[in-house]
Amino acid sequence: MSQPELNPQNPQNIADIRHRVDAVEAVAMDQGLVKPGHLQQFTHKVEHEWTPAVGAAIVAHAWTNAAFRARLMKNGIAAAAELGATMPAHHRHLVVLENTESVHNLICCTLCSCTAYTVIGMPPDWYKNLEYRSRVVRESRTVLGEMGLALPEGIEMRVWDTTADTRYMVLPYRPPHTAGWSEKQLAAIVTKEAMIGTARLEPPFAAAGV
Amino acid sequence: MDGIHDLGGKQGFGRVEYLPGTQIYHHPWELKANALSAALVAAGLFNMDEYRHAIERMEPRHYLNASYYERVLTACAVLCVEKGVTTAEELARRAGGAFPLARPSAPGRHMRKDAAAFAVGERVRVRNEYVPGHVRMPGYIRGKVGVVIAESPAFPFPDAAAHQLGHDMEPTYDVRFSTEELWPDSAERASVTVAVFRSYLEKA
Repeated sequence: MSQPELNPQNPQNIADIRHRVDAVEAVAMDQGLVKPGHLQQFTHKVEHEWTPAVGAAIVAHAWTNAAFRARLMKNGIAAAAELGATMPAHHRHLVVLENTESVHNLICCTLCSCTAYTVIGMPPDWYKNLEYRSRVVRESRTVLGEMGLALPEGIEMRVWDTTADTRYMVLPYRPPHTAGWSEKQLAAIVTKEAMIGTARLEPPFAAAGV
Repeated sequence: MDGIHDLGGKQGFGRVEYLPGTQIYHHPWELKANALSAALVAAGLFNMDEYRHAIERMEPRHYLNASYYERVLTACAVLCVEKGVTTAEELARRAGGAFPLARPSAPGRHMRKDAAAFAVGERVRVRNEYVPGHVRMPGYIRGKVGVVIAESPAFPFPDAAAHQLGHDMEPTYDVRFSTEELWPDSAERASVTVAVFRSYLEKA
């Protein structure tokens, strides 16, 4: 197979990325591998189906229903399915990591950028970037501090590297001031970042907003 | 392979550019590239392990300079060429310029027939192995000792699946390591839990 040698000294000979995308799409279409309308279908999924609202509803239900919480901790995929959340075939296991007052869980993927994207939403830029992937396993406190989450030494730090198709999501610690809130109110405060573990939802790490 | 993608614990990288709540795609081509990869997996052209390995085989200077979605697109292009959907020349012709792809693959391997099962709570060592093909053992755990904290159901064994070597299926273990074990005197105190295939492990 001959291939153009990448020459970093002469990057102007590389085709524009938009044209490279169109080239691959065109050959895939010619072979019938990609059907017309696939882009619209995918766009609908990332915009309306695979959103953090799915995970937020799971978190809010776990906060208010102890039996569901127990099922979620035991078998994440089955419990998520009770609320209509699905995962792709190659994600065979969803492990839910419970944050407490004294334990903080944090998710990463050092080898690529794996996430439970159908539940917590598509991975953000920073999660996929070289800086997070390289540093977070070795200097998690410093990285979180730079990201605005300064955790006291007393909180145990547990980092999870997504190296297989077991997927992880963080069950955030429920802010004490939310006692008596409805599931809908609770779900509204749960963010993608809290389900990855780069944010916590309770004061002093977040405002005690309604 | 000990590739440039294996970033865990590498030093010298700067601050994480952290912008919570921002959009996932910044240009229409990024969404198109992602949709393309999803469609090609759905069409059965390649599996996730072949896809990941195609990204890992990108020339390191290209890998480091490419954005995430350029890596996604490159893997699709590499696999379209390697599986005979098109040729490198045709892609370059259609794109109107050079189309950087990836290095060829080294041979893959099967799971170990003598791989032992482990119990939760057991101490395990990651085998001191150097694998030329695809492997999902990050380099920072090679030879290190950790504790099994959970078991996951069997998955396709990546070292075989990325090379179309049959249908090896193997469970993984969530193995917890201390950062002190991983980088003695050179890391912040934490545990790092890694999903590790059975064949990568031996009794400690």
